[in-house]
Amino acid sequence: MADFGGTDLEAFRAETRAWLAENYPASLNTPMGEDDAPWGGRQFAWKNPDAKLWLDRMAAKGWTAPMWPKEYGGGGLSKEENKVLEQELRNIRARPALMSFGLWMLGPVLLEYATEEQKQKFIPPIIRGEIRWCQGYSEPGAGSDLAALQTKCEDKGDHFLINGQKVWTSYADQADWIFCLVRTDTTKKHEGISFVLFDMTTPGVEARPIKLISGSSPFCETFFDNVKVPKDQMVGKLNGGWEIAKRLLQYERQNISASGFGGGGGLDLVEVAKKEIGVDEQGRLDDGDLRARIAAHRMDAHAFMLTVRRAEVESKASKGPSAAVSIIKYAAAKMNQDRYELMVEAMGLQGLGWEGEGFAKDELAVTRGWLRSKGNSIEGGTSEVNLNVVAKRVLGLLDHQ
Amino acid sequence: MAVLNEEQTMLRDAAREWTQENAPTTALRKLRDGKTKATFDAPTWAEMGQMGWAGVIVPEEHGGSAFGYLSLGLVLEETGRTLAASPLISTALTGASALMLGGSDAQKAEWLPKIAAGEIVATLAVDEGSHHAPEKIAFAAQKNGGGWVLNGTKTFVLDGEAADLLIVAARTSGKGTDGLTLFLVDGDAPGVTRTHLSLADSRGAAKIAFESVEVGADAVLGEVDKGWAVLEPTLDRARAGLAAEMLGTATQAFEVTLEYLKTRTQFGQVIGAFQALQHRAAKMFTDLETARSCVEAALEAIDAGQDVRATASLTKARVNEILHLASIEMVQMHGGIGMTDEHDAGLYMKRARVAEALFGGTTYHRDRYARIMGF
Ligand SMILES: Cc1cc2nc3c(=O)[nH]c(=O)nc-3n(C[C@H](O)[C@H](O)[C@H](O)COP(=O)(O)OP(=O)(O)OC[C@H]3O[C@@H](n4cnc5c(N)ncnc54)[C@H](O)[C@@H]3O)c2cc1C
Repeated sequence: MADFGGTDLEAFRAETRAWLAENYPASLNTPMGEDDAPWGGRQFAWKNPDAKLWLDRMAAKGWTAPMWPKEYGGGGLSKEENKVLEQELRNIRARPALMSFGLWMLGPVLLEYATEEQKQKFIPPIIRGEIRWCQGYSEPGAGSDLAALQTKCEDKGDHFLINGQKVWTSYADQADWIFCLVRTDTTKKHEGISFVLFDMTTPGVEARPIKLISGSSPFCETFFDNVKVPKDQMVGKLNGGWEIAKRLLQYERQNISASGFGGGGGLDLVEVAKKEIGVDEQGRLDDGDLRARIAAHRMDAHAFMLTVRRAEVESKASKGPSAAVSIIKYAAAKMNQDRYELMVEAMGLQGLGWEGEGFAKDELAVTRGWLRSKGNSIEGGTSEVNLNVVAKRVLGLLDHQ
Repeated sequence: MAVLNEEQTMLRDAAREWTQENAPTTALRKLRDGKTKATFDAPTWAEMGQMGWAGVIVPEEHGGSAFGYLSLGLVLEETGRTLAASPLISTALTGASALMLGGSDAQKAEWLPKIAAGEIVATLAVDEGSHHAPEKIAFAAQKNGGGWVLNGTKTFVLDGEAADLLIVAARTSGKGTDGLTLFLVDGDAPGVTRTHLSLADSRGAAKIAFESVEVGADAVLGEVDKGWAVLEPTLDRARAGLAAEMLGTATQAFEVTLEYLKTRTQFGQVIGAFQALQHRAAKMFTDLETARSCVEAALEAIDAGQDVRATASLTKARVNEILHLASIEMVQMHGGIGMTDEHDAGLYMKRARVAEALFGGTTYHRDRYARIMGF
């Protein structure tokens, strides 16, 4: 399939379509609710066995990671083929087979920085959704200033010994393994950080859930008390972790924005507004002010989509990221937050229900989704920090200190 | 800050001290996590009554202190700071206003002393959908011998479940603002069914269904078909007073955030040293100050007996906007900790959106302002 000349791609499309028709479980033909998200891992309780079947079938073809090398279990697809696969999946409104920090963040850096043994060991289980990963970056004193992290990692000859605390670790209580930034040299800031992987069941690891404003508890405080980690679980060089950390953040931001934060409870903003507010004789939303603001938002979203598309095309042509890439995480966060604010406003008090009688399930989902969306401009680097990066690295503006 | 007289200064200081001590945000959490679905804590409300807060606007002959709306606004602002849940808005502000504006001597004599003493909860049942739309009231009241019979549903009624007295805005004829009539209905009257609606702000409201609810001719508040003449000024008082509460909420959100900007360090300095945050804080402060001017002007104008329609809409819209902004910035500028339930930022944001929607969202008041101004 190396020739993208057209006919092969058409053949690939036909094959893919046929395969999907045969293998996509019919019971998944409904919109995916938040509690249906297929996170996988050792502890995962599959609500619907067909969701597990779908994962296994996709993983067997390497299509949970379609562009990763076949030798580690990936799909080995070209960009063009991957695009076809994505289109065909979208056509049948397929649910994702697997949602995974391993796929989105860790895998790509392992492919780039890990030893052959490490790739062999860690990548296939990511693709098959067997190991669920969490991200041990932030600490109480090190958020935006990530390199200020303090979690100590000492070389004890035949192993590393880790002591310290992480915070805001999403899903740490449900994850099997953690990719973790640790301090291996206290005399230097950026050059004293290393990148290690370890099992969350290692003695001395404890994760305590923190409840969010939306009522759910996906965050954890994670504590390490004399955690022994085999030395071959360090990725990259000793004290060379910062470069990997930054690379991983790029993947994280890319993925956060690529998903566009999805959701919205499956509700259409304009339809909701029309239903709750009504229309005038000409069928226009009967609230000129809100109508204008929804239109402005829709135009933002449209322009965003065109920008994502442009960035894709440009980066393919130049074989490097386009300048537009740096603004995408920021813009995606704002767009999603704007949409939820408008949704809540359009629904009026009906969009602010918390639980119980008087509210439909999708209305309650809007309230929770609105609150969760406030994290979009904080997770994966805050909007302020992202704008700083753009100002300094892209625009060449100086720091004020 | 408006120029306060001695009484007002004392009232404000006492309110600040009392709410910080007796109704802090932890009290709202307790209410939220408690077993009952109450929208306020009864003992707290009883104490407010004893302190005279329920009767701040009520005339002295009916047991109040007649301190006026600016004074009540000072109390509301303090309760807004700590998100204290109480029937001050439903009863001491809105209920009392409706009775003072439209009540007959007999109605005033019957209800105002009870309100002033904090003995009863009264509330205005006006909205019928998810958006505030008093001009579109469809809820029907029909003549029934000498009295009236009410049929329909009101929703998002503040403290509606606990209310002893419902002030119901109904359509008795006509269209739009013509043909509306206000009725005083016993909260437990036969045919009244109340359902708890759990809202994000942890206070909630009620949906109230009226099925052939019969009331006498003496239940009419004001004149038949001329209810708008009472309803509109009542709503404007509710808007201005709620705005005072919201101003307190916004001020507190801002001050807590400002304190965090001065103490949280990243990159070896307090985050407040970053100009990106400094300018936003300064802008928020500017907006807070202009919103305060509006709130005080609206309340003073009510006390002076002036037409407050435009000022009330101006005020509600401005305060909606600053509280919206301050509550978002509170979460954002606190970073990860602002997303946690343990931190108060979420409580402020949830209360903000509910308060924004009550008695008219920003859009509603922008439009109304334009209409009042004649364009
Ligand atoms: C939903 C969610 C999921 C997350 N998941 C994970 C996870 O799985 N693993 C993990 O390790 N972390 C995770 N995080 C943590 C996240 O990466 C941090 O919260 C983030 O980096 C901000 O750090 P902080 O919370 O310490 O805020 P701070 O760094 O204290 O920031 C406070 C405020 O100051 C601003 N600020 C800081 N520095 C500057 C500057 N130089 N210029 C201008 N403004 C500045 C910030 O933008 C913010 O508004 C998650 C966070 C959220 C909200």
